Amino acid sequence: MHDKTLTELATALAAGEFSSRELTESLLARIQRFDGELNSFITVTGDEALAAADAADSTRARGEAGPLNGLPLALKDIFCTQGVRTSCGSRMLDNFVSPYNATLVEKLATAGTVCLGKTNMDEFAMGSSNENSYYGPVKNPWDLSAVPGGSSGGSAAAVAASLVPAALGTDTGGSVRQPAAFCGITGLKPTYGRVSRYGMVAYASSLDQAGPMARTAEDCALLLGAIAGHDPRDSTSVARGVPNYRAELDASLSGLKIGLPKEYFGDGLDPAVATAVREAIAVYESLGASVREVSLPHTELAIPAYYVIAPAEASSNLSRFDGVRFGHRCENPTDLIDLYKRSRAEGFGEEVKRRILIGTHTLSEGFFDAYYKKAQQVRRLIRQDFLDAFEEVDVLMGPAAPTPAFDLGANKDPVSMYLQDIYTIAINLAGIPGISVPAGFANDRPIGLQVLGPHFAEQHLLNVAHQFQQVTDWHRCRPAFAGENA
Amino acid sequence: MALEHEDVRRAAHLARLSLNDDEAAHYADDIRRILEMVDRLQAVDTQGVAPLAHPLDSTQRLRADEVTEGDERERFQRCAPAVEDGLYLVPRVVE
Amino acid sequence: MMQWETVIGLEVHVQLATQSKIFSGASTAFGSQPNSQACAVDLGLPGVLPVLNEAAVAMAVQFGLAIDAEIPETSVFDRKNYFYPDLPKGYQTSQMYHPIVGPGEVEVALDDGSTKRVRVHHAHLEEDAGKSLHEDYHGMTGIDLNRAGTPLLEIVSEPDMRSAKEAVGYIRAIHAIVTYLGISDGNMAEGSMRCDVNVSVRPKGQEAFGTRAEIKNVNSFRFVEKAIACETQRQIELIEDGGTVIQETRLYDPEADETRSMRTKEEANDYRYFPCPDLLPVVLDRAYVDHLRSSLPELPAEKRARFESELGLSSYDAGVLSSSRPMAEYFEAVKQVCGDAKQAANWVQGELSGQLNREGIDIAESPVTAEQLGGLVKRVIDGTINGKAAKQVFIALWNDEGQTADELIDAKGLKQVTDSGAIEAMIDSVIADSPVQVAQYREAEDDKRGKMIGYFVGQVMKASRGTANPQQVNALLKEKLDQA
Repeated sequence: MHDKTLTELATALAAGEFSSRELTESLLARIQRFDGELNSFITVTGDEALAAADAADSTRARGEAGPLNGLPLALKDIFCTQGVRTSCGSRMLDNFVSPYNATLVEKLATAGTVCLGKTNMDEFAMGSSNENSYYGPVKNPWDLSAVPGGSSGGSAAAVAASLVPAALGTDTGGSVRQPAAFCGITGLKPTYGRVSRYGMVAYASSLDQAGPMARTAEDCALLLGAIAGHDPRDSTSVARGVPNYRAELDASLSGLKIGLPKEYFGDGLDPAVATAVREAIAVYESLGASVREVSLPHTELAIPAYYVIAPAEASSNLSRFDGVRFGHRCENPTDLIDLYKRSRAEGFGEEVKRRILIGTHTLSEGFFDAYYKKAQQVRRLIRQDFLDAFEEVDVLMGPAAPTPAFDLGANKDPVSMYLQDIYTIAINLAGIPGISVPAGFANDRPIGLQVLGPHFAEQHLLNVAHQFQQVTDWHRCRPAFAGENA
Repeated sequence: MALEHEDVRRAAHLARLSLNDDEAAHYADDIRRILEMVDRLQAVDTQGVAPLAHPLDSTQRLRADEVTEGDERERFQRCAPAVEDGLYLVPRVVE
Repeated sequence: MMQWETVIGLEVHVQLATQSKIFSGASTAFGSQPNSQACAVDLGLPGVLPVLNEAAVAMAVQFGLAIDAEIPETSVFDRKNYFYPDLPKGYQTSQMYHPIVGPGEVEVALDDGSTKRVRVHHAHLEEDAGKSLHEDYHGMTGIDLNRAGTPLLEIVSEPDMRSAKEAVGYIRAIHAIVTYLGISDGNMAEGSMRCDVNVSVRPKGQEAFGTRAEIKNVNSFRFVEKAIACETQRQIELIEDGGTVIQETRLYDPEADETRSMRTKEEANDYRYFPCPDLLPVVLDRAYVDHLRSSLPELPAEKRARFESELGLSSYDAGVLSSSRPMAEYFEAVKQVCGDAKQAANWVQGELSGQLNREGIDIAESPVTAEQLGGLVKRVIDGTINGKAAKQVFIALWNDEGQTADELIDAKGLKQVTDSGAIEAMIDSVIADSPVQVAQYREAEDDKRGKMIGYFVGQVMKASRGTANPQQVNALLKEKLDQA
């Protein structure tokens, strides 16, 4: 049963083929068996999961089951879960048992889903390889010497290894789409404001957005419907109706206008990735879509702008971790400054400190205009590139990442690591939705096709991705690791 | 804009991060190269371009002035490192 | 000897009287158990987010309208970043670049009856911090975050004041406005209003400002006056001794009556302000602002002007009676009942204020209601009782001996005797009992008699137990004594 998609599991549960408890027990056993090597979970919540599964089975017995009732999933360890450690991949929060639930967690619980545990991640969502976790790196189930991508690497790896049929991630600069691409699953970053950020530990508030990660676009549609919507506790969440994201999945793509940003096919793109993406686009042409080249002229400025805005917001967002009310506190502080400085130096890892230092520096007196204000101006230009492109075409397509998953330890240099996010970061700056869809392999490592749409075009993106998955099998491929013969 | 070693020390103090000399030198080196990459922004003409703080052009919603939260001190202080008589304790603050 | 001029600017922090906090649904009530009113948002738990309180916005705008300020269409919240244990998130959410209230003006009444206009640079919304309790917890400081997130309106003046008296007048004016509007209880003892005072000195006639010192957290009218006086003195002495004033933050110590530098090693502050990404721009539409404008009450300056022009009060009386909303409302209610503004003003400022001061009671809690006092003053005006009896009735009302002045006048038999027959009888008996005094009177020159008649008036009043009409007694006595 672990190889079924979320949608298939929903059907099987409804048909009584097995209970949610049986499904949960089977997946917990797989986690037990395989995750020691994969390291995709930080915390497995077996007892809570079984209790939730039993509750879901009772709900179903009463005839009150909704579409997600009894479905197992995992949560990136960035979402606050009441009574369960919420570590954010950091020593700082290693001892933090959240006293409240994130809105997204509440919504999923109300829908009757069963949370199997909290998945590994780059510390405070800062990273593209999942090597920046206090709990150690996650391995890519397709190749244990490769990274799963980041920062939602644990969620991606757990789904790819069929430890769980779906997981929730967050995406600040590509952290859902890039690991989805590296692990051969489907991952959606919704429009900024579509999903509540309340209870999601903030990295960069104006960029962060939670999204579903699953095998198929159809599964992502099912999950997005459960988590999207206005939250009175989040000022930036949008008061806008939630459509039925599954309603348009089967719509024809005939007449679809696809734009290929020429900047997404330039130097630095691995030829194997380019080939896979072009083949995927040919599939769309066969489905009746037309393709034209477009330009997003400010593309190369996205990473520079991001590495001003995101660290600036992060430096401020992470100031609350001061060893006073929660989180790590150093031993025997001599005075207040010592308490702050040592608690924070001990609690945060290297990449987090690096970004806090960058953000603190660029916001400080004398630098603000040259960095922060400038980056925000460039951010407007970048958004305008997309708005202009969507005047001409319905969706944009390109690679989700310039290469397939790279080897663990291969990218030691922060700048070259940052450049990995060249195709995903601008999307967060513009606030538009994007989805990564499995589209082939290079050296047995998955490749992701990225599809982008205008603000609030999730329904259309899911339709475009789903139609691709009706005529291709990339999303059905499973790694040998943790497979039937493992 | 060149980054001085002293800039890193200053940022570390503002951000309340203790750094030894080696760490400061290491971060200074990284951050200098990151800022060189960031400096590509300076080449763009942004005259007359309004800064964009949020990706959507929405405005702040206002909450009705109602007390909706009760006393949950006991629960909230369970994750606190040091409390006494309901107070969070820190090393003595000298004014 | 050099002549010096003091230049003062004030930042007044006013706690707004909302039910819940500026960004959370926790209560703002004062004096609860430590941290019992600090919710997840106030504590800055990981993942929490702020949502702005409508009442805080409305109150800030009302203040802006009350000082004729520009109300910009858009205001923006920024983060002011610094570490302090009473600041849970490591930043204070405030408004640095686009405040909710733009430039305005406050009319300040001075002791000599004149007024001065002090410009307000802007006023912005921000969240209050918690409190550090320095009692000894094994050498540790305790942090109470109940106050964290209470809405504050910070009102920043231009450096328009030139004396401690003007500064106090300005704070009183702000106090009157916010309490008139009902947007703050203005209670300085509980910290509902706190002031930072910027003081500099310059040689008289010089245009450029001197270097200023900021005196933080001065929390009473009296301390503002004293802090300015001693800081002015300190700066003048420093300069005259060849020193220079440095820009720094100082604290006023009321016990030593001096200001002290807050840090020996002045730490470079760099607050790294930037727009708060968790809050969106606050956009106020015209209809909303117009609605708030139309619901503004009459404000102190308007009331003062009306008390002078319509009611004919002196500028001093008008100033005192309009200084607080409860005072003004009390006075107007007394006036309404008795129908005479001047008599009402005299009674409110005289007998009532005297008694309230002696007992340390606020006018809002006065045991004698405005209706009761109005009823009493009415009986003075229509001659039912004389002034002396009126004081007796007032005390009886104060002591809750009766419900109305009329009831007490009857019960105590204080009704003024105006029956001339009865008065004549009393006069005749006094004259008959005082042959010596009568003889002296009659022998005296005319100009001495006026003074001598006082004795007889006193005797007659005594005989009437104070109820005789004194004017009537006087006239009849004069008639009878002058006869023979």
